[in-house]
Amino acid sequence: MNWTWFPEYFPMLIQGLWLTIQLLVLSMVFGMMLAIPVGLVQVTGPKWLSAIARAYCTVMRGTPLLVQLWLLYFGLGSVFAAYPEIRQSMFWPILREGYFYAVLSFTLNTGGYSGEIMRGGFLSVPKGELEAARAFGMSPWTVLRRVWLPRAIRNVLPTLAGETVLLLKSTPLAATVTVLDIFGVILRVRQNTYLTYEPLFAAAILYVGLTFLITYAFGHVERQIPSRR
Amino acid sequence: MIPEILTFGDKGFGDELFRGAQFTLLIAASAYVIGICIGLIGASAKLYGGAISRGLAAVYTTIVRSVPEVVLILILYFAGTRGINTLLGLVSLGPIEVNGTLAAIVVLGVVQGAYHTEVFRAAIQAVPTGQIEAGKAFGMGGLQIFRRITGPVMLPNAIPGLSNLWLIVIKDTALVAVVGNYELLSTTASAAAFTKRYMLFFVTTALIYLAITLVSNYFIGLLENRYRRGQTKLA
Repeated sequence: MNWTWFPEYFPMLIQGLWLTIQLLVLSMVFGMMLAIPVGLVQVTGPKWLSAIARAYCTVMRGTPLLVQLWLLYFGLGSVFAAYPEIRQSMFWPILREGYFYAVLSFTLNTGGYSGEIMRGGFLSVPKGELEAARAFGMSPWTVLRRVWLPRAIRNVLPTLAGETVLLLKSTPLAATVTVLDIFGVILRVRQNTYLTYEPLFAAAILYVGLTFLITYAFGHVERQIPSRR
Repeated sequence: MIPEILTFGDKGFGDELFRGAQFTLLIAASAYVIGICIGLIGASAKLYGGAISRGLAAVYTTIVRSVPEVVLILILYFAGTRGINTLLGLVSLGPIEVNGTLAAIVVLGVVQGAYHTEVFRAAIQAVPTGQIEAGKAFGMGGLQIFRRITGPVMLPNAIPGLSNLWLIVIKDTALVAVVGNYELLSTTASAAAFTKRYMLFFVTTALIYLAITLVSNYFIGLLENRYRRGQTKLA
């Protein structure tokens, strides 16, 4: 075991760790913003809208994330690059980066998976509670904000924790589109030092640590919620 | 209708993609079978094993399930290659180039095994103790109880988890593209890079994966109906 590279690459690893956390948090936040409507319209929306949401979930859950990422990065990226209007626009510095496509594809992907979770969550809220809220004269929007959504999220919190861990384990794919997250840094270390295992073990340890952190954080949130179980 | 570039033959990449899809299915199916074998062993280690085998199984499932698949694939890919060559060196044979497809199968099988272990463990635990005790009372041995009681009774419980894992392993084969291979995604990536028609190729491949998933879903539905017959319907 040769760990002499570690002190030299430590600052880079910390930056990679920070980038991984960014990828995870951004994708999860945007993904949830997508998942809530996707789940909701499948439970209560008009037929055509719920059909679209269902199709969306099927496509996202039926194709590998790496294909989605490469489709966006190489496919959409090359389409963007073909238009001079886009290349000269102010958004080009963002649209050029692998980081953008990584966040986009992770968001769309986790939106599909979490959308399915949220559908189950919305269904799991007892009808009586929604009827009670309506009987208080709440508008549909208020019912959603005060009763339906909080109760749904509460019910699926453990499943969402699992989904977050799965998303964390998908973030290293960003390294394939030039993002220097933990895995990207590790791949660079391997290239520079010709070491086979040591960098990979370091990556494994970091990801296991992050997994435990996520599990702990969600457990902490769950304990805040009073329940009579 | 179909663009020429996707047709079969010299001018198109249709046959290359088709072969890629075949490799993907081969890798997925073989890894799945290995996963089931490891899963059954792992589950029995967790449920009936002594302290050591229980501990080993726990370490295995915990690590495999919390380290990203890509990292595991790289570690196992290189470890597997070196392990085989070390063994060959011991019997004084030269190092060989390890077949990429075989390595991919073994690696994905080991990853799948951890998830299979948990599925089988939960399914076996859901078998009523009384039925196993009844088997014992009839004088059946361990294997006989598994074959006649635990196995058939736990299977309907395991089917949803097993079908999920099948869908996951198909998608995980795409990760093998990171180490380079002949499966669908690697083939697509090289074809796209060669022709510069990125959008076309990646959309086609996404549709192929989607088709595999949807066809699998159909058969999973049939299978579930068959194994759930005689059980009370939920809701």
